[in-house]
Amino acid sequence: MSQQLDALYQEIILDHYKNPHHKGLREPFEAEVHHVNPTCGDEVTLRVHVSDGTVADVSYDSVGCSISQASASVLTDLVIGKPVEEAMSIHETFLTLMQGKGAVEPDEEVLEDAIAFAGVAKFPARVKCALLSWMAWKDATARSLEDSHG
Amino acid sequence: MTTTQLAGLLPELEVIRADFPILSRSVADGRPLVYLDSANTSQKPQVVIDTMVDHLERHNANVARAMHALGAESTEAFEGARDKVAAFINAPSRNEVVFTKNATEALNLLARTLDLGPGDNVVITEMEHHSNIVSWQLACERSGAELRWFGLTDDGRLDLSNADALIDEHTKVVAFTWVSNMLGTINPVTDLVARAKAFGAHSVIDASQAAPQLPVDVAATGCDFLVFTGHKVVGPTGVGVLWGREELLNGLPPFHGGGEMIETVTMARSTYASAPHRFEAGTPPIVEAVGLGAAVDYLSHIGMDAIHRHEQAITAYALEGLRTVPGLTVLGPLDATERGGAISFEIDGVHPHDVAQVLDSRGVAIRAGHHCAKPAHARFGVQSSTRMSSYLYTTPAEVDALVEGLEYTRSYFKLG
Repeated sequence: MSQQLDALYQEIILDHYKNPHHKGLREPFEAEVHHVNPTCGDEVTLRVHVSDGTVADVSYDSVGCSISQASASVLTDLVIGKPVEEAMSIHETFLTLMQGKGAVEPDEEVLEDAIAFAGVAKFPARVKCALLSWMAWKDATARSLEDSHG
Repeated sequence: MTTTQLAGLLPELEVIRADFPILSRSVADGRPLVYLDSANTSQKPQVVIDTMVDHLERHNANVARAMHALGAESTEAFEGARDKVAAFINAPSRNEVVFTKNATEALNLLARTLDLGPGDNVVITEMEHHSNIVSWQLACERSGAELRWFGLTDDGRLDLSNADALIDEHTKVVAFTWVSNMLGTINPVTDLVARAKAFGAHSVIDASQAAPQLPVDVAATGCDFLVFTGHKVVGPTGVGVLWGREELLNGLPPFHGGGEMIETVTMARSTYASAPHRFEAGTPPIVEAVGLGAAVDYLSHIGMDAIHRHEQAITAYALEGLRTVPGLTVLGPLDATERGGAISFEIDGVHPHDVAQVLDSRGVAIRAGHHCAKPAHARFGVQSSTRMSSYLYTTPAEVDALVEGLEYTRSYFKLG
């Protein structure tokens, strides 16, 4: 019982939950999105600043459970400073892990702290929590690219 | 041990528990199930399950249109369920009981068919379930009527201080919950009905949380319409009830068009059946209604007064236990005699989802989230809450398991 719970609530997750990285809304940004998880009410407002093809900043304000909060913190650690293409590929890798029902072996080289979410994939009800900010980031990034191209 | 000491509990609680087969299963690696989510949906007694299986195995046919033995049996069972529901809520006439899909559909039926226009207003409350908010928002958007609502006091009651300004001669509908699904508050229904009546407005009571735990007497409330859902009164999902005064129901336009709701149909126009069939277009949820009939009979057999006393005893015991958990705040009235069996609370430093997850790992099922009452949560400055809800099969030992689980949750998240 407690083992399963420990697989979900890895220390890394609880650390990010207690001390989230890059939290707060900052300028400049090209796109801001607001995503909600309608079933539970978790919310995130997320801004993306893309400069010269690189994710220059991701800032956010959010309310929600430990999984959704830690996931936003880990996301920003992973994508800030990365070329957009590489960041999108990390997003893809994280998505695959989360949708893998616990059967996907996470690649620490790519996912770093995000490998801690491997346990979350075994809890179908919590996958949405982990993906909330990631989906918001993808949406905001796509919009900021549209704006710069348009 | 505690069970015998607590006054008001149902006398044969273990016998009642044995009626609910699911309560004997285990979860979370062999732990006994502690089901404290009955305000979400109640568990089903064997008699409801057996009645539905028997109907499907032996009597299944469509109702009111099949001219054979099974058709007659099925119709008799379906219409018999209507009689049982009518008795359960003391409806003056069986024709006043309309089977719907659920309480939400019943509320939408009213919001769609009651006559509203520009200059009219609809009065609801801030503690409504989304179904009794959104359906009226849509009705007001469609018709140009104004939506108004009662606010809440800090202790989770309706703020009636501006009632005279809210309900006026332009009010057409006053719709409110009898028992709040989030705060547990029991509202003064007869007072609200009287205020609506004074201005000729229709009163609509959402009894989704009241019907499971209080004696409901539609005649005594004086209301015009009352709705509840089957699955919270130990019946199945897929069936709900709209009760309305017969003359009012027959004055409403049809909701859905189709079979069963007509008198006669030509290619140019149709005339419509009277209530209840007027509002039961298409093949109804037959076996679900039959199951609901068995469910309300089961509750009536135990006695709604006794069930109410049991809920109050468990709720008082739970409020006492929750008070011992450090950092825990109950949302809503703290006096068990003035509230229903759903208790929402917050714990400092742990999000409700995380509380639910840890409790689930110990076999304790509760609900976490906004419970389809976002405005009520916003009123108290919270985004979501944890909710325990008891029912006639809940024991004090289960409340103890919850309280222990909450202590464990606090230690798991290192809150000292």
